Amino acid sequence: MQYLTDRKRAVGNGSGRAGTHHHWQMMVSSTLLVVLVPLFVLTFGIGLGGTYEEVLAYYSRPFPAIVTGLTLVVGIIHLMREAHAAIEDYMHGLAEKLTYIAVGAIAYTLIAAGLFALVKLAL
Amino acid sequence: MVEFALPKNSRITVGKTWPKPEGATNVRKFQIYRWNPDDGKNPRIDTYFLDMDKCGPMVLDALIKIKNEIDPTLTFRRSCREGICGSCSMNIDGINTLACIYGLDEIKGDVKIYPLPHMEVVKDLIPDLTHFYAQHASVMPWLETKTNRPAKEWRQSIEDRKKLDGLYECVMCASCSTSCPSYWWNSDRYLGPAALLHAYRWIIDSRDEATGERLDELEDPFKLYRCHTIMNCAKTCPKGLNPAKAIAEIKKMMVERHV
Repeated sequence: MQYLTDRKRAVGNGSGRAGTHHHWQMMVSSTLLVVLVPLFVLTFGIGLGGTYEEVLAYYSRPFPAIVTGLTLVVGIIHLMREAHAAIEDYMHGLAEKLTYIAVGAIAYTLIAAGLFALVKLAL
Repeated sequence: MVEFALPKNSRITVGKTWPKPEGATNVRKFQIYRWNPDDGKNPRIDTYFLDMDKCGPMVLDALIKIKNEIDPTLTFRRSCREGICGSCSMNIDGINTLACIYGLDEIKGDVKIYPLPHMEVVKDLIPDLTHFYAQHASVMPWLETKTNRPAKEWRQSIEDRKKLDGLYECVMCASCSTSCPSYWWNSDRYLGPAALLHAYRWIIDSRDEATGERLDELEDPFKLYRCHTIMNCAKTCPKGLNPAKAIAEIKKMMVERHV
């Protein structure tokens, strides 16, 4: 039990002077995804169902490859930031910090693996 | 970590069923949360029956009738009985609202009354609002000025005064904050819709000279940015206010300072 005044308990450690950058970045990535997701669905749909050689040829063209790459990077970073916010919401203490790091690691691994696969297809 | 089940000593049990009023033809059933910190027992739901031909139209009328005529131990806050003081906020029929302005005719079936959710209970329908009030005080809900006090008054245009409409009417009943899932999980750090609505009321006040300091104090991943625009606050507010919009306006001002 801590003998804190109500005001001290409410104020805590004060303001972290942060959060706006994250909020702004989420707005930016959301706006980008509004454009990228329909383009990705369209380009991915066009390439779907082809033979291996046809898909290789399709993704060696700049437009579908760039759209896929951008959607992958922006989408996963957006997802990671949302997941981080959810972790901050529902978890606390050491479990929060470890989950936070794990989600970041998974997200960046997914981006690296996705880009590697895309480069292999495209080049 | 979030808990998905109530602790054992908070689980609700079946309480006492009080007798129906004799000779009454228009009877309504009330199920009311009861908890007494002094008896060491779990919370319970007591059942009361009221003759609606002899009862006022509002939920508060029914509660006062139960307290006066059936069970004087039933405990709840009330004062103005006209939606101005914010005392009688409670969860009625699943909605956080003021008992004094919520009509019994708006409820279908049995009337179920609980204290405001996710707050410590002092007794029966009375939540502990100490932290809620301290959070309100922390946003400095008063006019902050640096210019020397004018001879007569701080002047404000009609247009600037209009900006306070939809904000100053808040009666601090806590219906909004206690309906907000973000506030449920993080009320120790997140200020909640009521305190943030009051913060915005002073940020937007043309006479206030502490806008920067106020925004500085709010700029925090928890104090402000735990709001995920769920909108429960706007849906439940018994005064018809929109705290979610006020919070969005604060976020817009924050972005304008940065970008």
